Amino acid sequence: MEGAAGAVNAATGQPLLRIDGVVKNFGAFRAVDGVSLDIKAGEFFALLGPSGCGKTTLLRMLAGFEAPDSGRILLADKDIAQALPHERPINMMFQNYALFPHLSVYDNIAFGLRRAGMARADIATRVAEMVALVKLEGLEKRKPDQLSGGQRQRVALARSLARRPQVLLLDEPLAALDKKLRESTQGELMELQRWLGMTFVIVTHDQEEAMTMADRIGVMNAGKLVQVAPPRELYEAPRSRWIAEFVGDINLFEGEFKLRDGHRLVIATGGAGTLVAAEPREPIAGAKLSVAIRPEKVKLSRRAPVGEGSALNQLDGVIADICYLGGATTYKVKLDTGGMVQSSVTNSARLDVDAYSLNQQVVAWFTPDDCLVLDQ
Amino acid sequence: MSTRRIFARPARFAAIAPYVWMVLFFLVPFAFVLKISLSQTAIAQPPYEPVFDLTAGWNAIRTAFGALSVDNFRLLVSDDLYIFAYVRSVTVAVTATAILLLIGYPIAYGMARLPKRWQAVAMVLVIVPFWTSFLIRIYAWINILQHDGLLNKVLLALHLVSAPVVWLSTDTAMYLGIVYSYLPFMILPLYATLAKMEPALEEAASDLGAPPWQVFWLVTFPLSLPGVGAGVLLCFIPIVGEFVIPDLLAGSNALMIGQTLWLEFFTNKDWPVASAAAIVLLVVLLVPLLLYERLQRRQLEQR
Repeated sequence: MEGAAGAVNAATGQPLLRIDGVVKNFGAFRAVDGVSLDIKAGEFFALLGPSGCGKTTLLRMLAGFEAPDSGRILLADKDIAQALPHERPINMMFQNYALFPHLSVYDNIAFGLRRAGMARADIATRVAEMVALVKLEGLEKRKPDQLSGGQRQRVALARSLARRPQVLLLDEPLAALDKKLRESTQGELMELQRWLGMTFVIVTHDQEEAMTMADRIGVMNAGKLVQVAPPRELYEAPRSRWIAEFVGDINLFEGEFKLRDGHRLVIATGGAGTLVAAEPREPIAGAKLSVAIRPEKVKLSRRAPVGEGSALNQLDGVIADICYLGGATTYKVKLDTGGMVQSSVTNSARLDVDAYSLNQQVVAWFTPDDCLVLDQ
Repeated sequence: MSTRRIFARPARFAAIAPYVWMVLFFLVPFAFVLKISLSQTAIAQPPYEPVFDLTAGWNAIRTAFGALSVDNFRLLVSDDLYIFAYVRSVTVAVTATAILLLIGYPIAYGMARLPKRWQAVAMVLVIVPFWTSFLIRIYAWINILQHDGLLNKVLLALHLVSAPVVWLSTDTAMYLGIVYSYLPFMILPLYATLAKMEPALEEAASDLGAPPWQVFWLVTFPLSLPGVGAGVLLCFIPIVGEFVIPDLLAGSNALMIGQTLWLEFFTNKDWPVASAAAIVLLVVLLVPLLLYERLQRRQLEQR
């Protein structure tokens, strides 16, 4: 397999796919509201958002099933916004696979190649290549309803890759698989994408899936693209309270800005008393703020930690709830100041000498750098 | 005991109900017709002989059996009249069914692509003619098609013709009546298959480079074949035996088998020949049914 076209474009640094101010209305409902986004060649890009946020509509506009009401979609500098699906060098893997039930595995994979007018012998070679790629050897003559869910998923993938599209769109490609299969397939998809050097755009509502696979994630809410960032930045530096709550678990304390101490802000919160947090990169207007801390950044100890400096946030409380998850345990701590804080502790030892018990007095602590200051 | 168990288990009763129905209302009458078809006409009541008399004893029944013959069937295959009637029936049915498919498919396709709430409205519009008696609707056509009927008046007013056209008692009128009457039977099964088809399949075909006409021929049409088969059978079988529409709208120079049957039964009072004609008609109709069934079974086996 060659992925030469993608690699060349990546070298020039030009975006392969440019979405520019795209708007789509369904009657009075604005499904996609002025989305602009550049996707680089060879990138694995994920569109993440709750159901109804417009991510699927955006994907369908890339495939050509919907035409944007305004805005441009440029593929390699050519506007394809109004081009019909069969005229685009873009293929899609459908959510429920949409395999043709009356055609065999072979004919399903060959469907796109025949439409392209490829010679019979070349089709046979390409189909064999695809079948080997997704490890379906020996099943070429089967009909889709004679296959397992995982096999159907592979046929759908092979069929959408067969034409070697410049961009492959994947609409919730793993949603129908069970957990174990989904995890192994995630790995295979990433490997495949890297090896082919193809540009993948995946739509998912599963944030772990997006985090695991994508180079960059675009989070959508109510038709708008609210943040585009690599997985780590999205998790550690979400741009709004909504994103912070949507991606992963988080402790949130609403409060008021009190004073600035160098690069630190002192914020009086309702539930957790006075907290010290690192100044956010972009200043937030107004005095009403939220302080957010990821549960795994909140440490627990039996008594106050020593030698960590006075700026440390220390909160006294008692263990109110314990949730054992295997690899980690989540404790809910009822704070003396009235709030509740969640702490996720890695179970790094097999024996439970370090475990806390219900109603035990603890100190929950975290550094100012681990605090996020967000809008309210 | 056994009857009580049958009624104690509604499921089992439901399972045998169709067979009871078939035996009572199909096989038993069929046996009567078959027996009459093997009898001879007689000036009597009933107008054929021999008559089985179960009270006359064993020997009488054996004699009656001996008197049965296939003469009526010989007559059917030797007389042009009947052969022409069968050929015309099948020709009319094939032509009308083809026209029905050509008109019904686009309508059903259009209905299935309407927004959901409009589909219900379209469905009612297709069924609403059934609220008027079939016979009244055919008489209405006579009214429209006659010499000074609505159609000729409109054509004359628009100066499309200079003199009234003869519509009634022509094959055109008959086909018009048949297509008009049977269209819902073609549309409904087609609509049912097309409406439940996953729209993503057509999208996938177009995504893989198929222009709209290829999407239709390679995906939509093959997947709608069960509906096509059902619609074709629902129209073809009753049209072969159709009596009222050709009798009222077509000319009398070429009769369909339904009309021939009627003549034999009521005008000629020749019940045995009429019965034999009915039996042959049944066989003619069984052929497409069996073909359809075999086709379906093969599709099932492929899965």
